[in-house]
Amino acid sequence: MEDLTDVYNDLIMEHSMNSYNKKELENADYSQIGHNPNCGDEITLQIKMNGDVIQDMAFSGHGCAISQASTSIMIDTLRGKTIEEAKEIVRIFIEMIKRETTDEKELKKLEDAIAFKNVSNMPARVKCALLAWHTIEEILEKNGK
Amino acid sequence: MDINKIKKDFPILENRKIAYLDSGATTQKPIQVIKAIEEYYQKYNANPHRGAYSLSIEATQAYENTREKIANFINAKNKEEIIFSKNATESLNLLAYSYGMQKLKKGDEVVLSIMEHHSNLVPWQKVCKITESKLNYMYINEEFEIPDEEIENKITDNTKIVAITHVSNVLGTINNIKKIIKQAHKKGAIIIVDASQSIPHMRIDVQDLDCDFLAFSGHKMLAPLGIGVLYGKKELLNKMEPFLMGGDMIEFVYEQETTFAPLPNKFEAGTQNVEGVIGLGAAIDYIENIGYDKIEKKEKELISYARQELSKLDYLTLYLTPKEENHSSVISFNIKGVHPHDVASILDTEGVCVRSGNHCAQPLMRFLGIDSTCRASFYFYNTKEDVDKLVSGLNKAYQIFEKYFK
Repeated sequence: MEDLTDVYNDLIMEHSMNSYNKKELENADYSQIGHNPNCGDEITLQIKMNGDVIQDMAFSGHGCAISQASTSIMIDTLRGKTIEEAKEIVRIFIEMIKRETTDEKELKKLEDAIAFKNVSNMPARVKCALLAWHTIEEILEKNGK
Repeated sequence: MDINKIKKDFPILENRKIAYLDSGATTQKPIQVIKAIEEYYQKYNANPHRGAYSLSIEATQAYENTREKIANFINAKNKEEIIFSKNATESLNLLAYSYGMQKLKKGDEVVLSIMEHHSNLVPWQKVCKITESKLNYMYINEEFEIPDEEIENKITDNTKIVAITHVSNVLGTINNIKKIIKQAHKKGAIIIVDASQSIPHMRIDVQDLDCDFLAFSGHKMLAPLGIGVLYGKKELLNKMEPFLMGGDMIEFVYEQETTFAPLPNKFEAGTQNVEGVIGLGAAIDYIENIGYDKIEKKEKELISYARQELSKLDYLTLYLTPKEENHSSVISFNIKGVHPHDVASILDTEGVCVRSGNHCAQPLMRFLGIDSTCRASFYFYNTKEDVDKLVSGLNKAYQIFEKYFK
């Protein structure tokens, strides 16, 4: 088992317990609910677009520290990115968690979200880390040209 | 047999240095059960009820002897009243389809408790929708128990079926099923008891209880996965239509018509889980060998200690009845402000296995106003050291989160 401080570190804990991204967006263009029926975690992601750039995002809902922090850090990472850039980052994150990529150059694009790398060693928590990323993947699939 | 040295019978508890506190989900298996299954495959494996050769007859005998053993174990009048199933879920589905679907009419009522496991809830929901019957719930009070008035008010002349768990898999509350059974019969309803969480811990006597049906899973009482039991009163089972159709449950099959086998085969279609039945037989032998009196005494001490130690942690919310005599081997709790999934992960790194989530009881969670809990569930092989490990793991989890509380 991994050392807990690898996962429950300051960055993840601050984002999970006291996230500034946990709020309501006014005039959001997209809103999508994501949930894990097994554990009951549920988040709502909101996105405000400016052309094909993600101008702002926010989330609400409840879940474990890993799902909440993963959502908040994802928002920080994707804010200001184009849809195409966002799609790539989402792909890399999912591949990292599923241990399908270890390419350092690619992982750099994840910025702070690389903090979840060790979750790939905790099979019981993979779903928690991926909740927000699968949710935005769905939004981007549906709406991104 | 010294119950305090029992851990050595459980290879997994010897091999892994863990405090296994998830026996409510499934128990570990003693070497005696594992060996019985191995012996079956090495010495007398064949398809029961099928062959004229001695091997098949031996397999049939082992299978049928276990049926008799279970009948004695729960004090059923006849061994034909014991039906083998996959698990309690399948036993309850059998009842929903073969009893509920046939008997319920528009306006009839089915009564459950709010603490039912989904397996004793979702099947009734479906049957009630199809038959246009009404599904009513007995709710719990602030002590996590069903008050007597709730039993009297909810089970009425319109009630045709009452299905109730003996022990809650979330709260550990031991329900007053004797009162519920009496009330159901007084109103002319049949009563189904889900004994999944009780039979591992306490003696069940179906004649003394006078329940009409009783369901349980083998794997929560030392037996392998995939074997369950349905007990039913003979006169009721005889009147019911079969559940699954196929081989071995028939008498004569014509191109357009079939007549069915008598009990118990009528409800056992297809090749059965003989290894599971053999394993369940060995599990019952193991339990009888220790004795329920000793199991109850040991667990009472253990639970009492766990209640006492967990109550000292003021950062915990406990979901348990204050009446120790009404509380079995399950304790649900939350660290205030921390998600149970995180707590369970941290406990895991400390070698403590607990379950977190809604425990297949979403309506109960909603009623309690929470999404999920951590659940520690105990069996006689657990020790006070396991409780101590849980407490120190909880302290560690709290410390990790404490400094981020704002």
